[in-house]
Amino acid sequence: MFVLIVGSGRVGSAVAKSMLSDGHEVSVLDENPEAIALLNRGQDESWEDLGGSFTVGTALEIDALLEAGIDRADAFLASTDGDNTNIVIAQIAKKRFEVELVVVRVLDPGRAKWYAEQGLQTVCPTQTAIELLEAAVRGHKSSRGGAG
Amino acid sequence: MYVLIVGAGKVGWNLARELVEKENEVTVIESNRRRYEVVEEELEHSIHYGDGTELWVLERAGIGRADLVVAVTGDDEDNILICQMAQEKYSIERVIARCNNPRNLQHFELLGIKPAVSATDLILRLIEHEVPKYGLVHLLDLKEERLEIIEIEVPEGCPAAGSTVKDLGLPDGALVISILRDRGGFVPVGDSVITAGDEVLLVLDIGLEEIVTERFACP
Repeated sequence: MFVLIVGSGRVGSAVAKSMLSDGHEVSVLDENPEAIALLNRGQDESWEDLGGSFTVGTALEIDALLEAGIDRADAFLASTDGDNTNIVIAQIAKKRFEVELVVVRVLDPGRAKWYAEQGLQTVCPTQTAIELLEAAVRGHKSSRGGAG
Repeated sequence: MYVLIVGAGKVGWNLARELVEKENEVTVIESNRRRYEVVEEELEHSIHYGDGTELWVLERAGIGRADLVVAVTGDDEDNILICQMAQEKYSIERVIARCNNPRNLQHFELLGIKPAVSATDLILRLIEHEVPKYGLVHLLDLKEERLEIIEIEVPEGCPAAGSTVKDLGLPDGALVISILRDRGGFVPVGDSVITAGDEVLLVLDIGLEEIVTERFACP
């Protein structure tokens, strides 16, 4: 499968590396040319020597998306640091380029929920953290003898 | 009319000022604290501090009862999102979006955000209108109606030069609406003769541009 990841921060670069080591074809787009450092980090060979590709460009630029291979992508991951950028490019990937699988990272639970209801596959790390933290606190049995 | 404006930059602030003067109820949302404080001195309670792409901020500003939502931040993604949520989540019928980078106009269109206004694009059109090396100028695109109004120059030796309007051989769906000549203009009749050096305004169905411009191209 050909995976296009837009936004090579901590999340995007980590997903890119594990997809590549699973044997998928992976292309990463980021506006910052230095972002390739995160893809190279902790690997024996450079990202490009390992077969990954990296394109510099902003996410809303159609030319950059095309250069990164959006028209033949099977999966598209929007993981820039901007919720709104992610939501907009995900819709472009879906509606204009008809990418089969589109996943969007949205930090704000409000927007994540509403766009999920509109049919976008959103992943909200904030909501996940809230649920895990709630579960951790609820699961604690107090030994201090307080109520409940 | 209740107007909600997101973005208190030069566009948003001036817009708010004009709308208030015309006795509209206006709320502006601004996410930059310093900018908010500056504008708040004039607009007072009519400006809210917050990120206008967050649902609760929009709701606190009363988006649900807005007659018009105007998204004029400096960020095209934000403007798209605000208008999209206004239309689809809050059922606001009228939205206006600012498009900062004219290359992003296609995204506004794809996601059904209209009208999207790009100052850069408008200025570009004016420049094309002033600089004669462009033979053809789009004066107006009526996308909904699928019509466009173009202005075209008549160069020496093209099929149109010396022809009457009725013998111009225009396809159905194209109409000459005026001829500009010697700093004046007139609405032609079928027997009006087009001469080299004229500028001709035409209204056309979208898609006819290529056939029409052939009549004004030098062989």
